[in-house]
Amino acid sequence: MNVGSLGKLRLSFWTVFGGLLALSLLPIAYVRFSGGLGAVTNLSNAFPWGMWIGFDVLCGVGLAAGGFALTATVHLFHLEEFKPIVRPTVLTAFLGYLLVIFALLFDLGKPWNVWHPIIMWNPHSVMFEVGWCVMLYTTVLSLEFAPIVFERFKLNSLLRSVRAVTPVLVVLGVILSTLHQSSLGSLFLILPHKVHPLWYSPLLPVFFFLSALAAGLGMVVVESWFSRRVFGKAIETHLLARLSRVSVVILALYLALRIRDLAVRHVFGALWPLTPMALIFLVEVGLGVALPAVLLAWTRFRESPRRLAVAQGLVVLGFIFHRMNVSITAVEAATGQHYLPSVAEFATSMGIVALGMWLFVLACRFLPVFPAGPVGFAAVTAEPVANTVRAVVGGEAVRTL
Amino acid sequence: MARMAKLIDVTKCIGCQSCVEACQKTNGQPAHEARGFDDQTFTYLLDRGSDTYVRRMCMHCEDPACASVCPVKALTKTAEGNVVYDPTKCMGCRYCVMACAFGVPAYEWHSATPRVRKCEGCQGRPGGPACAEACPTGATLYGEREALLAEARKRITAEPGTYFNGIFGDDEVGGTDVIFIAGKDPAALGLPVVPGKRALPDYTWQALKHIPDVVLLGGVLLGGMFWLTKRKEDVARAEGSHPGGDHERR
Repeated sequence: MNVGSLGKLRLSFWTVFGGLLALSLLPIAYVRFSGGLGAVTNLSNAFPWGMWIGFDVLCGVGLAAGGFALTATVHLFHLEEFKPIVRPTVLTAFLGYLLVIFALLFDLGKPWNVWHPIIMWNPHSVMFEVGWCVMLYTTVLSLEFAPIVFERFKLNSLLRSVRAVTPVLVVLGVILSTLHQSSLGSLFLILPHKVHPLWYSPLLPVFFFLSALAAGLGMVVVESWFSRRVFGKAIETHLLARLSRVSVVILALYLALRIRDLAVRHVFGALWPLTPMALIFLVEVGLGVALPAVLLAWTRFRESPRRLAVAQGLVVLGFIFHRMNVSITAVEAATGQHYLPSVAEFATSMGIVALGMWLFVLACRFLPVFPAGPVGFAAVTAEPVANTVRAVVGGEAVRTL
Repeated sequence: MARMAKLIDVTKCIGCQSCVEACQKTNGQPAHEARGFDDQTFTYLLDRGSDTYVRRMCMHCEDPACASVCPVKALTKTAEGNVVYDPTKCMGCRYCVMACAFGVPAYEWHSATPRVRKCEGCQGRPGGPACAEACPTGATLYGEREALLAEARKRITAEPGTYFNGIFGDDEVGGTDVIFIAGKDPAALGLPVVPGKRALPDYTWQALKHIPDVVLLGGVLLGGMFWLTKRKEDVARAEGSHPGGDHERR
């Protein structure tokens, strides 16, 4: 069929492109580990943190925040109806953290010392706290992910013991996530002289936490959309719509605090005249926070999976823009330094994203991530475009194998 | 041990570069022209015209941002006041390079086993820092911090026409162990504009101090939510099984 082969063609283009990106990690790693960070990055003493921190770490951790939010919803608040979307979300979060750690091994000057915070303590360092939280939370996530593997290989006694401690794991997960999601913002508190006043605020930890929560929920929707395109899987519109109502509240709270913060710090003046920085701020907060909040508050927008994905996609993009602004744009503006990531830095970040998507697809094919079990390879031949139409028409009822 | 410091009197500097040469020699670096901080340059002279030379080096802050942000305590402040570095602990996160308000720490960007490089105040060197020892005019003095501050104040009072009325480093970012007096104000000298008198680590601490509360209150609240919503479920199940005779497997 014409439409189907077109869809397949596009998918295989992305597969090849992603594969090439992921493969480019190998030569980059070789040059980086033999010649130092300076051999592949545009980093300097004046600009020591770049895209690998701003995108790979700050965005990677934030986008995985759906994990703690949904496990808490189901296991702590006992809203069992959200169960069908917990596993893919936990998978996204687990892969997210593994990839953040992977990216960190690229970015750290001496990654073989990455374990040092375990025995060399400095509780006054935000980085120390983030390191511990990420370490512990990745362990928690691996245990939250474990049932999927245990179920697949019918390791029932292991499955029972993990299930018994799940509530404890989830409580730990929420606390650890609250701490390090906010602390990623605290990293910049010690730099009042290096971050543009539109972004520097004592509330940075609160902003980072709230926006990560919004982006984490956004990613649940984006990831559902992705699963539908790749596997032809039915989309749980009613659940995603309920989740998106929560998004509206979080985004509204976040927006109110961002505006109040400008007033309290008397920097509203920095928005007029419309300097490039003012424009960047308005685009970030307007298109990335206010607009999706309004759209998602609208029933008609929540009922269509496509519109949901668009609005939540805006949330995710706005979130990425915020992290890049705090860590790069605002630092450039305040210090007068210029930094443009090198081609290798871009390729590494994109390669890691491609690697993540590939691992996600692989896990869904072989493990019972979705309620119906492993997707297998039958779904590859499904026609994504045709499915989209049917799913939109038939709501959540459509299910193709 | 008494807190030691360096007093840099800009009016006495003649730009002879003796301190720069002594620094490079002591730290085993090849002799080279020093133009700014890098992995081979821990001190340099800022030529501000009309025979004004402003010496730059690590300020050895009283409450150093670099040491406070280091996740593994590779950077520490010694009892006598030097901020020193242990490359065996460092994992290369470069937060210190990011956090320093004076732009001092430099990174070995082209090394496969990189280190952070900066002045360590010639820690352990008999006779104190090589730069102060080498200075022919006394523009860099080494001594106890309190004594040097008193000396600085004495000079400013004695010659108010020569000196700008202020000591850079007395209380900037909580005070530093390298202090400047000069004929002009710090901005005119080209010294970094710092955020204020508050020590930088305090900005972070205002957030970090809430961590125990988040753990404690978060734990209780979440555990409570779990228990409350679970009870609601249990009650619903118990009530449901009474009238309907809903014999489910236990």
